[in-house]
Amino acid sequence: MAKNKLNINKILLLGSGALKIGEAGEFDYSGSQAAKALKEEGIKTILVNPNIATIQTSKDLADKVYFLPVTPYFVEKIIAKEKPDGILLGFGGQTALNTGMELHNLGIFEKYGIKVLGTPVSAIIKTEDRLLFRQAITDLGLKVPVSTVCHNISELYKLKNQFAYPVIVRAGFSLGGLGSGVAYNFEKLLELSQKALTLAPQILIEEYLEHWKEIEYEIVRDKYDNTITVCNMENFDPMGIHTGESIVVAPSQTLTNSEYHNLREIAIKVVKSLPIVGECNIQYALSPKNGDYRIIEVNARLSRSSALASKATGYPLAYIAAKLALGYSLSEIKNKVTQATCAFFEPALDYVVVKIPRWDFLKFKDMEQKLGSEMQSVGEVMAIGRTFEEALQKGVRSLDLDYEGIISDDLDKNKIQDRKKNELKDLVPTPNRLYNIAYNLFYGQSIKEIYQKTGIDIWFLERINNVVYTYKNLVTNKKHVKLTKEILLLLKKLGFSDKQISEIFSLTWQEVRAFRKKWNILPKVCQIDTLAGEFPAKTNYLYFSYHRDKNDIEYQHKKQVAIIGGGPYQIGSSVEFDWCAVTAATTAKKLGYSPIMINCNPETVSTDYDISDKLYFEELTLERILDIYDIEKCPFIVSVGGQTPNTLAPKLARQNVKFLCNLPETIDKVEDRQKFSAFLDKLSVKQPKWGKLTSKSQALSFARKIGFPVLIRPSYVLSGRAMFAAYSEGQFEAYLEQSDSVINPEYPLVISKFIRGAKEVDFDAVANSGKILVSAISEHVEHAGVHSGDASLVLPSFSLSNKAIKDISKVSAKIAQNLPINGPFNIQYLVVDNIKDNPEILVIEANLRASRSFPFVSKVLGVNFIELATKIMLGKKLKAIKIKRTKYYGIKVPHFSFTRLRKADPVLRVEMASTGEVASFGDSVEEAYLKAILATGTPLPVKTALLALGGDEGKHKLLPAAQKLSKMGFSIFATRNTSKFLADNGIKSTFVYKVYEKGEPNVVDMIKQRKVSLVINLSDRGDLGVKHLMKEISDGFMIRRAAVDANIPLFTKATIANLFVESLAKCPLDMLKIKAWDEYVK
Amino acid sequence: MGKTGFLILENGQIFEGKSFGNDRDVEGEVVFNTGMVGYPEGFTDPSYFGQILTLTYPLIGNYGVPQYLRKDQILSNFESDKIHIRGLIVSSYIENNSHWQSYQNLSSWLKEEKVPALYGIDTRTLTKIIRETGVMNGKIVLNNPETTGINFYDINKENLVSHVSCVKPIQYGNGKFKIMLLDCGVKYNQLRILLKYNVTVIRVPWNYDPFSQLNEFKFDALIISNGPGDPKQVTTTIETVKKAINLDIPILGICLGNQILALAAGADTYKLKYGHRGQNQPVIDELNRKCYITTQNHGYAVDKESLPPGWSPWFTNLNDMTNEGIRHNKLPFFTSQFHPEAAPGPTDTEWILEFFIKEAKKWLKIN
Repeated sequence: MAKNKLNINKILLLGSGALKIGEAGEFDYSGSQAAKALKEEGIKTILVNPNIATIQTSKDLADKVYFLPVTPYFVEKIIAKEKPDGILLGFGGQTALNTGMELHNLGIFEKYGIKVLGTPVSAIIKTEDRLLFRQAITDLGLKVPVSTVCHNISELYKLKNQFAYPVIVRAGFSLGGLGSGVAYNFEKLLELSQKALTLAPQILIEEYLEHWKEIEYEIVRDKYDNTITVCNMENFDPMGIHTGESIVVAPSQTLTNSEYHNLREIAIKVVKSLPIVGECNIQYALSPKNGDYRIIEVNARLSRSSALASKATGYPLAYIAAKLALGYSLSEIKNKVTQATCAFFEPALDYVVVKIPRWDFLKFKDMEQKLGSEMQSVGEVMAIGRTFEEALQKGVRSLDLDYEGIISDDLDKNKIQDRKKNELKDLVPTPNRLYNIAYNLFYGQSIKEIYQKTGIDIWFLERINNVVYTYKNLVTNKKHVKLTKEILLLLKKLGFSDKQISEIFSLTWQEVRAFRKKWNILPKVCQIDTLAGEFPAKTNYLYFSYHRDKNDIEYQHKKQVAIIGGGPYQIGSSVEFDWCAVTAATTAKKLGYSPIMINCNPETVSTDYDISDKLYFEELTLERILDIYDIEKCPFIVSVGGQTPNTLAPKLARQNVKFLCNLPETIDKVEDRQKFSAFLDKLSVKQPKWGKLTSKSQALSFARKIGFPVLIRPSYVLSGRAMFAAYSEGQFEAYLEQSDSVINPEYPLVISKFIRGAKEVDFDAVANSGKILVSAISEHVEHAGVHSGDASLVLPSFSLSNKAIKDISKVSAKIAQNLPINGPFNIQYLVVDNIKDNPEILVIEANLRASRSFPFVSKVLGVNFIELATKIMLGKKLKAIKIKRTKYYGIKVPHFSFTRLRKADPVLRVEMASTGEVASFGDSVEEAYLKAILATGTPLPVKTALLALGGDEGKHKLLPAAQKLSKMGFSIFATRNTSKFLADNGIKSTFVYKVYEKGEPNVVDMIKQRKVSLVINLSDRGDLGVKHLMKEISDGFMIRRAAVDANIPLFTKATIANLFVESLAKCPLDMLKIKAWDEYVK
Repeated sequence: MGKTGFLILENGQIFEGKSFGNDRDVEGEVVFNTGMVGYPEGFTDPSYFGQILTLTYPLIGNYGVPQYLRKDQILSNFESDKIHIRGLIVSSYIENNSHWQSYQNLSSWLKEEKVPALYGIDTRTLTKIIRETGVMNGKIVLNNPETTGINFYDINKENLVSHVSCVKPIQYGNGKFKIMLLDCGVKYNQLRILLKYNVTVIRVPWNYDPFSQLNEFKFDALIISNGPGDPKQVTTTIETVKKAINLDIPILGICLGNQILALAAGADTYKLKYGHRGQNQPVIDELNRKCYITTQNHGYAVDKESLPPGWSPWFTNLNDMTNEGIRHNKLPFFTSQFHPEAAPGPTDTEWILEFFIKEAKKWLKIN
């Protein structure tokens, strides 16, 4: 390949920061591929991305990494320092694009002589500005949704004859769809318009594309005007459901040749006119009645859809887009899969791809689970099959939600027999709609009726019905149906799991598996080759199907090791485990092993087919892992993909699957609370008092015995596995009464002592046969009671006594030695450190796997824990590494997506709620913290603060911060008691009313009108407790929600609020050092 | 569920499936196509005459089959008046289709047109066999495969064009500029596109002699359409084109027409191992290095080494670097091996037809 054509030596690449709803792991994929493409060209890459858990911020990809906010301020500073020749804006999502646009508007690129590579800024502006976009499209003679502006009712009458119904009325300038509605005739339109015009000075009357199909194309164009569409995709859910919230299928299934190629031609026309250089995405609405179309939008950058399209086709869109930005033509770049053909082609698929979003509504108890035009899902899975049914059912199992397929537990054989009256389920869009459709089909609702209710194309409903019909025939058949070879093959082709089949025929899954083997009904390995078999593929990008007779690849049993990845991103399991899995694969490769990756998440780097020697894009279920084990017969690594593989480990062990590192008994000893507790007792290691209770009365008397507050962990809750802290007997009783938790011998309740004010510590380490080789102690800023995933972690520790650190190391060594641990592990400790020289160290829990904080500690210390762990697992002998305490601090800060979750309570608690994290470095904790918190998108407060501090304890705890704010010249606003408390302590504040006090100024209005730029709201204990279960809207909730909705920094814990204020006081913005990673970690 | 049926390949391999078409035995050349949409258009493409078509996309029948509706003598949504494939092989057949244009399901259309079809076949394995060993003959049989005598007939030994060409001249449009189209198995979309440019198209049989006294039609330019089989079998048409070349009449050859024009010009053609059939074939324009995605359906190609002086390659396939069209350096002779009319497939190269009309007018000095 010729050297890059633009003669560029140094490029600035912007990342997307923390994972958040709407901007997740897909941008680690795109940034990593871009960095890889630049590296091949010998170009120096400077990456700005505070997301420390990403692969793109690893040593091997970018030449320099800045763990700093992706904001105009910081990026300009980095530009001034690094003087790059060019900048790439299209690889870091909307964050990077917006930052780029702002820098452009500020004239920064011009000032520093920086070329914007790829799609020119002028084209980006056209796609980002609604009006310019409409104009550009209509200028081409193409269609956008018809939209009319109307200012008053008389104008409406004048326009009367122009409308084609239905139309949707939107109030101009109103947030969240306030005042909108659908009208099917003029009378209704009049009524809606009158209402909407009271809310806004103008209204928009747009054609309502109800039940139109939603179709997307991914388009690539080089600067020589060569253009291709790499993939098209069809949404299962029609218009009105955000594409990120919809099941998506590739390629389109219900489009004819002329529809498919008409939209393709339009896409190319649009892309050429903008013009795009690189990759973009175009979204259409397509009428199911006559094939008419509307262009909805163009994303002039890599997107979630493009990541999906890359994985769906095997076409590395981000890599190619980066090469095109450097001036290559598509015909000059090789097809990486075939190595024989070039990148100018359109992949032909000989399989069906289904993407299903993963929601975590259960983590936010007050949330209404309704899907719509805003994205709320936190992750997604992709499944590949040779039929839609096969792929869909596989996808459902990949979600890691205990579903065996689209036939949910409600259609369980035993349940349907007992049921007398069957009420149909609601079909409003929710995460359960898919299962509800299957349920309703089972109970006889017609496809036509479901179509009318949902707008989901009949084609998809027919496929679902195919599964349901087959199932129904088997379970409602009065005659005893025996499992035959034919039935088994049919069910496997329809995507049923062995477990589900076993339930139909009252067998065990092992028996079904044995039948499969006996009858030679085995899934076949299929290769994704981008050309539907026309040319041989050189890569092993694989999936399984029962619609094949032969495997595509021959099996050679060389030195292989298989790594189970993390599955879909969800709250609690995210890009950090992808980093671990990728690091394990690359390390194994370096050691001469041939790594195999198994994962089902399209937003990952681990599912790039060049990371491992074989990639199985497959569900992470016991059945499938065993299928893979049967043919690969190699050892497995289960300790780098987070909790999903860890949970599989004991099940795999029972099937005699060999895996590296710890023995199954050892894992069990730690995972089983009782056994682990006994083990700790034997070692005389302390732990908070706890008990497993099987009745309500027992639970209460135990709680009384250990004393409040207590932490409650139900093992089964209808609405999710929620943890709960009870501060008083009253709360505890209320919890037992009002929560829907079940307590019985089968589902016991675990109660443990909640030690208030205790410090919390994450101990991450790697051990070799019980001997710790390397370890890191990260201290939480927040005290116990905040989930470790939501806490801010500081490394090295900032307040622990030397004695405490020593004791933690000692206890850890003891645990590691006595289990014994081999490989990566994490222990969480509570430290009661207030008595001098006699800290109390208590173990909360241990995990014999890489933890969430592994990339953080590895990158802060400059020692790759996973690389070491992988070496150990593969049998290398290593010496212990002594790490000296660093002079700088690294701090990891959570990112919450509360703005996207409209009704969730944005408060820190024992249940994890954050969707991502960032980390920064600094010479002091405060410097690092301020950078990190700014990197989460938190704006810097400007001299106004609102304090609403519940309870005496909270007030006292926050006094130092209040004093500092006052000293810095902040105008402080405070609620009644807080204001009084501040006055008593000599701090001036302005009193504001709580909502229920019904006075002016009112606290929520203050926030909504942005009259304050910082909100500190400490809850009275009761406020967070049972009321929240009772879904009562408290004042605290309203304050917090208003702050989040107005994007005003909000703090709900005294510890972290104090740190924030301290950081503001100590570190003015221009004192924050612009230092790259390698300037800290030498 | 249909009867059990078998696909028997010349090399002895047997695939078992279920019938969803006409229940009869047929034989033909087994080829594969990688397009993901466009079966109504594809099956009616006369270039498939005599072939048993395997579709690599695993779900077929999704949007049903539209009604036969004729507009200006041309069937909408189809590429000729009937199905030309001899048999169909798919992985999964979708009976319960969904589309506003759907008039019947694929199975009933195939039955109506007496075309046998099998589903439930591992089409990827079949495709890989064809890729490895090249296209071969095969049979679809509905009885026990062992009892059937294996006796394969090579269709390419025959002039297949004679089976698909029109039998008498047909005139379309009423424009000033007149194009004579030698129908070797023309796809309707070539006509549809040409007619957009206000021309008259006189579609004549493959063996029609435009230069005989008997020809009553005047024409300005000549187009040789696509069609099935080995170009060397179509000797009459080659001779006709030779005459046209000598008369400097503007000529455009499409697909088989490209091969015929090449042969008439003195170049050679050869059989490809497994042909190009799909909608994602990349070609590059040798003159300006522009790239296009094209629809292709051919088993033979022009040997670019054999081009006589005065001729140059116009397009080259970016996958295997085979020739995809030629042009004369001075005279108005152009060809494309791919299908500029697409249908099914991408519309990137539709411009070639307009380009040809313009070049022809320029040459003839007509406005």
